[in-house]
Amino acid sequence: MALEREKHIAERALLTMGETQLLDFYRRMVLIRRFEDKVAEMYSRGKITGFCHLYAGEEAVAVGAISALYDKDFVVSTYREHGHCLAKGVAPRAVMAELFGKATGLSRGHGGSMHLFDAEQRFMGGYAIVGGGLPLAAGLGLAVRYKEEPQVVCCFFGDGALPQGAFHEALNMTSLWKLPVIFICENNFYGMGTLVQNAICQEELYKFAEPYKMPGVRVDGMDVLAVHGATLEAAARAREGEGPSLIEATTYRFRGHSMSDPAEYRSKREERIWQERDPIKNLRRKLLHDGRANEARLDAIENEVAAVIDDAVKFAEDSPEPSLETLGKYVYVDGNGAE
Amino acid sequence: MAQISYREALNQALREELDRDERVFIMGEEVGYFGGAFKVTDGLLAVYGEKRVRDTPIAELTIVGAGVGAAMGGLKPIVELMTINFGLLAMDQIVNHAAKIHYMFGGHAKVPLVIRAPQGAGHQLGAQHSQSLEAYFLHCPGLLVVIPATPADAKGLLKSCLRQDNPVIFLEHETLYGVKGEVPDGEYLTPLGQANVLREGKDLTIVSYSKCVYDAIAAAEALENEGVDAEVIDLRTLNPLDITTVVESVRKTGKAMVVYEGWRTGGAGAEIAAQIYEAAFDDLDAPVERVATLDTPIPYNARLEKAALPSAADIVKVAERMV
Ligand SMILES: Cc1ncc(C[n+]2csc(CCOP(=O)(O)OP(=O)(O)O)c2C)c(N)n1
Ligand SMILES: [Mg+2]
Repeated sequence: MALEREKHIAERALLTMGETQLLDFYRRMVLIRRFEDKVAEMYSRGKITGFCHLYAGEEAVAVGAISALYDKDFVVSTYREHGHCLAKGVAPRAVMAELFGKATGLSRGHGGSMHLFDAEQRFMGGYAIVGGGLPLAAGLGLAVRYKEEPQVVCCFFGDGALPQGAFHEALNMTSLWKLPVIFICENNFYGMGTLVQNAICQEELYKFAEPYKMPGVRVDGMDVLAVHGATLEAAARAREGEGPSLIEATTYRFRGHSMSDPAEYRSKREERIWQERDPIKNLRRKLLHDGRANEARLDAIENEVAAVIDDAVKFAEDSPEPSLETLGKYVYVDGNGAE
Repeated sequence: MAQISYREALNQALREELDRDERVFIMGEEVGYFGGAFKVTDGLLAVYGEKRVRDTPIAELTIVGAGVGAAMGGLKPIVELMTINFGLLAMDQIVNHAAKIHYMFGGHAKVPLVIRAPQGAGHQLGAQHSQSLEAYFLHCPGLLVVIPATPADAKGLLKSCLRQDNPVIFLEHETLYGVKGEVPDGEYLTPLGQANVLREGKDLTIVSYSKCVYDAIAAAEALENEGVDAEVIDLRTLNPLDITTVVESVRKTGKAMVVYEGWRTGGAGAEIAAQIYEAAFDDLDAPVERVATLDTPIPYNARLEKAALPSAADIVKVAERMV
């Protein structure tokens, strides 16, 4: 039911939205997909190490949601954050360099795939503790309110975070204090190898909004316009001082949990069904069908993106390793930050 | 006796204890269908069923807390934390509940709970996934802290933990699961609180536990070529701590070094060094040294990570300075 309503909004959006924005959605989603393909390749060549969780398949969530925000709004993410980070406008070069562990990376090689951060783009970090980002989002929302600023905080997390106390505590507190936070649950139906229904007593995750007295919607997370529409509503509400919202975006990760997971717990059939709902192919089909773009324009975007990614890899390859002196740096703030 | 891995030794101990005692059951994230994030519980679900091998939601506080409650209710739970880093979410149930219940209820209640968790660095997993936190638990009265280095001890200690009634933090090292060694078949118990002298020597005592034991052995072999004869002691449990074995060794060698992967400051090595000073000050010819992880979060970059962690080369360097 919730889904039906969102579908309507999405269809209307497609008709009324300008070409520039539609092509921007397309470009950003393609950028994330190709970036993740390249990361997988670099991982298998040993250029990237550690845990590495790819976002392929879920692009419509990051792009749909973040495109509904202003540049000054904040994003908080998880260890599966390359997509959110790129969608927020962070330079692919700096992301790739961090994955390579280089000094020019976003976190200067200290963080890696799970810990990207870019203060300028207001990408407030990827955190590898399931549920760890939600209380931070509440606090960022508190800071915004405290300073009487107009921003909102968009917090991404997986279905796996819902059983954590942090989820419930953060929803309660942000609702009580009417903090400007948008909680976006990326329900890809699995937390590692565990199906949602084996981990959560209420499978319709958006319904957790109700006891915490905030709006909750389920949207098709394979449809960038649906996610965009729902996020616009939530952001408007947050900016008006009416408090947080919960958006459940149903989606699917096209790869295993991490680079070391062959995802044997999922059937080939299930994977195929979701592959057919590929958010990028879908948008492409719609754009062509409605005559909003032609093949040549879309192919040109693909080529532009390919060049950006090649450049990012070259930059990462050519960048220096962090020097050993930086090992002990950033444990504490230089000079204790005294002003 | 068979040559099996640390992982297989743990798996064997779990099977034997599940067979032996109906009250024993396992719960944790991905322990059932997935066979455990590190495959320690592999195959157990098929044999023992969902009642005794229970997959849980991601909810560390309540997983551990439910373990405490189930233990009070007459069971002998084994809770697996996917890694000790996530155990920090359960600190309240561990420190305020599991560790306190027997004492604050005047001995009328008990918590026979075993919390198993991998820990440690070495795979470039970054600051939130690479910690060695044994000192946090050592600091808390009421908890046993068990930390095996070898496959045989992994089995023997885990079984011993299940034969007593105190809450236990049982720490496995992520890089040891594939290490193979001789492990006795069937009933085999390693006593809690008994260190193991792995290598005898007269010039220097190297006290260690968990993964660093292997670095200590490698260093001792390298030192032998330089004419330094090092004794290597694997503590195996930090609480109870077998300081007697350590002190006996120090009386002989006059020099002691503690090697561990926790952070240097406030680490288990500080406690061990203090106890050596208290018991054997007059026998020492040099200050007790600590070789440990630098006081920084663990960085992602491979070269930096390696530099942050203690190594055999670090042990050799410090030993050369001491003798
Ligand atoms: C507190 C905590 N417990 C366990 C883990 C191990 N872990 C990492 S990801 C994950 C599954 C999370 O699934 P979900 O939230 O659905 O996100 P997804 O990976 O599907 O994007 C688990 C159990 C962790 N990182 N943090
Ligand atoms: Mg998930």
